[in-house]
Amino acid sequence: MAEKFISLEGIAKRYPAPGGATTTIFENLWLAMNRGEFTCVIGHSGCGKTTVLNILAGLDAPTEGTVIVDNLAIEGPSLDRAVIFQGHSLLPWRTVMGNVAYAVSSKWRRWSAAQVRTQAQKFIDLVGLTGSEHKHPAELSGGMKQRVGIARALSIQPKMMLMDEPFSALDALTRGTLQDEVRRICQETGQTTFMITHDVDEAIYLADRIVLMTNGPGAVMAEIVENPLPKERERTEIHKHPLYYAVRNHIIDFLVTRSRTFVSQTPDFDPRRVPVVRPGVDGPPLDPDSTVIRLASLGH
Amino acid sequence: MARSLTFRAAFVSILIFAAFILAWHLSTRGTSAVQQMDPEYAKLMGITATQGKSAMPGPLDVGQKLWEHLKRPFYDNGPNDKGVGIQLAFSIARVALGYLLAVLVAIPIGFLIGMSPLMSRALDPFIQVLKPISPLAWMPLALYTIKDSSLSAIFVIFICSLWPMMINTAFGVASVRKEWLNVARTLEVGTLRRAFTVILPAAAPTIVTGMRISIGIAWLVIVAAEMLVGGTGIGYFVWNEWNNLSITNVINAILLIGLVGMVLDQVLAFAGRMVTFPE
Repeated sequence: MAEKFISLEGIAKRYPAPGGATTTIFENLWLAMNRGEFTCVIGHSGCGKTTVLNILAGLDAPTEGTVIVDNLAIEGPSLDRAVIFQGHSLLPWRTVMGNVAYAVSSKWRRWSAAQVRTQAQKFIDLVGLTGSEHKHPAELSGGMKQRVGIARALSIQPKMMLMDEPFSALDALTRGTLQDEVRRICQETGQTTFMITHDVDEAIYLADRIVLMTNGPGAVMAEIVENPLPKERERTEIHKHPLYYAVRNHIIDFLVTRSRTFVSQTPDFDPRRVPVVRPGVDGPPLDPDSTVIRLASLGH
Repeated sequence: MARSLTFRAAFVSILIFAAFILAWHLSTRGTSAVQQMDPEYAKLMGITATQGKSAMPGPLDVGQKLWEHLKRPFYDNGPNDKGVGIQLAFSIARVALGYLLAVLVAIPIGFLIGMSPLMSRALDPFIQVLKPISPLAWMPLALYTIKDSSLSAIFVIFICSLWPMMINTAFGVASVRKEWLNVARTLEVGTLRRAFTVILPAAAPTIVTGMRISIGIAWLVIVAAEMLVGGTGIGYFVWNEWNNLSITNVINAILLIGLVGMVLDQVLAFAGRMVTFPE
C-alpha cells in the first residue's frame, strides 16, 4: 500500500426512509487501490456495489466521506474515470465511430476531426470492431455493443476504468471472449480497473484483488481476497490451477453464508483494516465437502 | 405479400372512390318539380328554380371548375376575385409565419421546462389554463391590441401551435434516458454541448411529433380565422363563395384545404422519420 492511487475514505450512503428515519446502505467504507491494479467487488444485489461505483465515477455523491484519486478529492464525474455501464448506454443515433469519437472529442476539444477519427479508430480496432465503424448500435449484437462501450471508455485514456457488471447481459460464449479482451487490454495498457460482478469465475480470472461485500443494508467490505493465481493465466486453464478451488470455494462460501452472518459474528470489525486473505496460500484450507454441497445449491 | 397487399389496398381505394363519385353523380342528377312562374321572373332565377336542378353540384361540375382553378391559379381580378393559388398562398404564408414563431418560442421554453423541475412546476398552471382555450377566443383581444386583422390571424396560429410543441418538447427533454445523460456527465460535456449533442437528438422524435400535431391544428384554425378576419386566404375564399352561393367553389376549396393539410402533415412525418433512431 505504498502508493494509494485511489482511496475510498470512510464513505457512507444514506437515503431518507419513510417516517423521518434514514436507511444506511453502507457506511464507513475504506478501500485503497494501487495503480495498474484490477479490483473486483463481489456481493449480493442490494449491497450497494453499484452505489460505490457511481460514487467512484462521481455520478453519485457519498453522504459522508471522500474519494481520493491521484491525491485529489473527486468532485463529480471526470474524464479521468471512464465508466463502462451495465447497459451499454451507447447513443443510438450515433454510429460506432460517432460514439467513440464523441468521447474522444469531449476529452481533446481542440483536436481536428482527423485527429479525433484516428484516435477513435485505434480503439475501435483494439476491441476488434474494424469494419463496423459506420453501423448504428441497433445493428450490433449485445457483445459488439459492449465492445463499443469498452472502446469508448478506453479511447479517452482514463486514469481508471469503472465497470458495472459489464458482461452480465451477454451469453456465456460472448462473455468469455470479452473477458479475454478486457484482460488483454488491461494488461497491455496497465489500466487501473474497478469492476463489479457477481460472477465468481469472472472475478477470479480478471481480478488481482477481490473485495467481498456483505449484504445490505449496512453493508461492509468484509475481506479482500488477494488472487494467488499467476499473472499469466488462461481462462480455459485456470480451473486446473491447484489454488483455483481454494479461492473459488472461499468466495462462494462467503457469498452463501458469511455475507449474511459476517456483521453479527464480527463485532470488533475495523472497516479501516479490512483483512487481506490468500485462500490456499495461508490459513487452514476450507472443508471441501461442505462447500461442494453449497456449490450445488447455488447452481454454480 | 406486402406488394400484393399494397396493390389490393389501392384497388379497394379506387373502388370506394368510384362508388362515392357514382353515388354523388346519381343523387345530384335528378330534377324535382318545377313551380309555375312568370317568364320574366324565371329569367332572374337560376336553373335550380326554373328546371328543378339540384343546387348541389355534381362531380362533373366540381371537376370542371377545379380544372379551371388549376389552369389559372394565380389570377387577380381585385379583392373578391383572386385565384385559389393566391388564396392558398396567403393561408400557407400566415400558417408558416405563426408556426415558425411558435417553434422559436415553444422549443426553448419546452427545453427549459423539461430540464428544470422548478420551471416545470412553476409554469404548469399557466399551461394548463391556456392550453384548452380555443385559439379563436383570442381573436378579439388580438384585433384590439394588434389592430391589424392579418397579423391577428398570424397571432392566432402562433397561439394554437404553441402548446402541443411546448408540451411535447418538455416531455421529450424530461424523459431523455438517464444513462445517456450519465455518459455526457462522465465525459464532462458542458451544458450547452449536452443540450445539442445528447438531449436534442434524444428528444427530437418527440419534439417533431409535437410539431406535427401543431401544424395540423394550425391548418385547421387558419380556415376559421380567415373566415373571421376576411380579405384573403382560403378560409375567406370559402366564406366568400358561400356568400356567392357557389357550392362548387366551396367543395373545391374543401378539397384543396385537405390536400394542402395532407402535404404539410407528410412533410413533418418525413422530418420525424429523419430524426427517429432505432434502438
